[in-house]
Amino acid sequence: MSIETLIAAVLTLAIFSFLYKENPFYRAAEHLLVGVSVGYYLVILVEETIWSKVARPLAYDQNWIVIIPAVLGLMMFLRLSRNRAYLTRIPLALLIGAGAGVSIPAMLWARVLKQMSASMLPLYTVSGMIVLVGVITTIIYFYFSREQEGWFGYLAKTGTYFLMVFFGATFGYTVMSRVTLLIGRMEFLLTDFLGVVG
Amino acid sequence: MKTRLPIAICFIFGIFTLLQYFSKHPTLTAMYAEILDWMQIIFVFTLLVGVITIFKIHSGKISRKESNWPYSILTVLGIVVMAGLGFGYGTDYGSPFLWIFQNIQVPMQSTMFALLAFFVASAAYRGFRFRNKEAAVLLITAIIVMLGRVPLGHQISDLIPQTAEWIIDNPSTAAKRGILIGIGLGSITTALRVILGIERSYLGGRS
Repeated sequence: MSIETLIAAVLTLAIFSFLYKENPFYRAAEHLLVGVSVGYYLVILVEETIWSKVARPLAYDQNWIVIIPAVLGLMMFLRLSRNRAYLTRIPLALLIGAGAGVSIPAMLWARVLKQMSASMLPLYTVSGMIVLVGVITTIIYFYFSREQEGWFGYLAKTGTYFLMVFFGATFGYTVMSRVTLLIGRMEFLLTDFLGVVG
Repeated sequence: MKTRLPIAICFIFGIFTLLQYFSKHPTLTAMYAEILDWMQIIFVFTLLVGVITIFKIHSGKISRKESNWPYSILTVLGIVVMAGLGFGYGTDYGSPFLWIFQNIQVPMQSTMFALLAFFVASAAYRGFRFRNKEAAVLLITAIIVMLGRVPLGHQISDLIPQTAEWIIDNPSTAAKRGILIGIGLGSITTALRVILGIERSYLGGRS
């Protein structure tokens, strides 16, 4: 058995030990995971953005304009200061303002127009009609500016059934994806670590 | 000044990125691409603030010897070792950085997610009751979709995986689209409120 398999198996068992109750092995593995993940993303973020979009353009291309976002980014560290934390509003305002401007056309296209056109296309089939009715009644369910009673309430109620189908399907999907991961870990323990299967 | 300047910056950048969508002028397109890069750079710095905060919290716990401080050593060690190996020896194939990622981080992450299978099953056992018609629809749909994804479903009847597929492609997609349209309209409204300075929660409580 390789050292890699041994380490991975010990850590896997430490995390599974939580199924019995919270214990020092689980807490140790949990803290190690947080530390390693933070370290991993720190390196990736610095390499992929700060190095490639700030340091390299400055050092090799003399692209001085990147000093502006770099200074704004460095201003974010003032969040750690008690007296100067308000200055972080400036980079945040740029981030949020530009993000809002970018998101409006993108949301309108991907989340509204595209979804609407996809819902109305195959109307000559029963399934197509069901999709259209489902979309309209679901939106009606979320319309709270009018009392949901009478025919409007009936449509909203139909929307809840579509929502329940969606929640049920999403739940089933989530369970199956988690079970797939569980099978993968069990397979690793039984095959690679213990060697009792396969 | 503490609030007006950020609101003005938010408005200028918001209006520019919004209106640029309707123009194909090369200068405006280049400026737009530059702003997207700026956003990415600033965003990464905000994440770095988070990394420093985690480091500060755990190193503070260690120095003050607070309760459970030995666990914090593992967190700090994880950050320091990964950062040291990543910056020192690179992140290429065969590097120690990638070795830790593949043999420590990936197995632990997938085990954490696998652990959720037990909690989801336990929550389902407690929560799934045939209380009313809506709950029945949810319960039956979940069962059909779960059975449709495993060989057992095929063995019982070929209708089960077919029904599962139909449910996912039609009524489930319909509700998902309804939710997405709602999210889209809500996001557009919120974005407009942010740009126009009506929504100011990002400025924090004190002004």
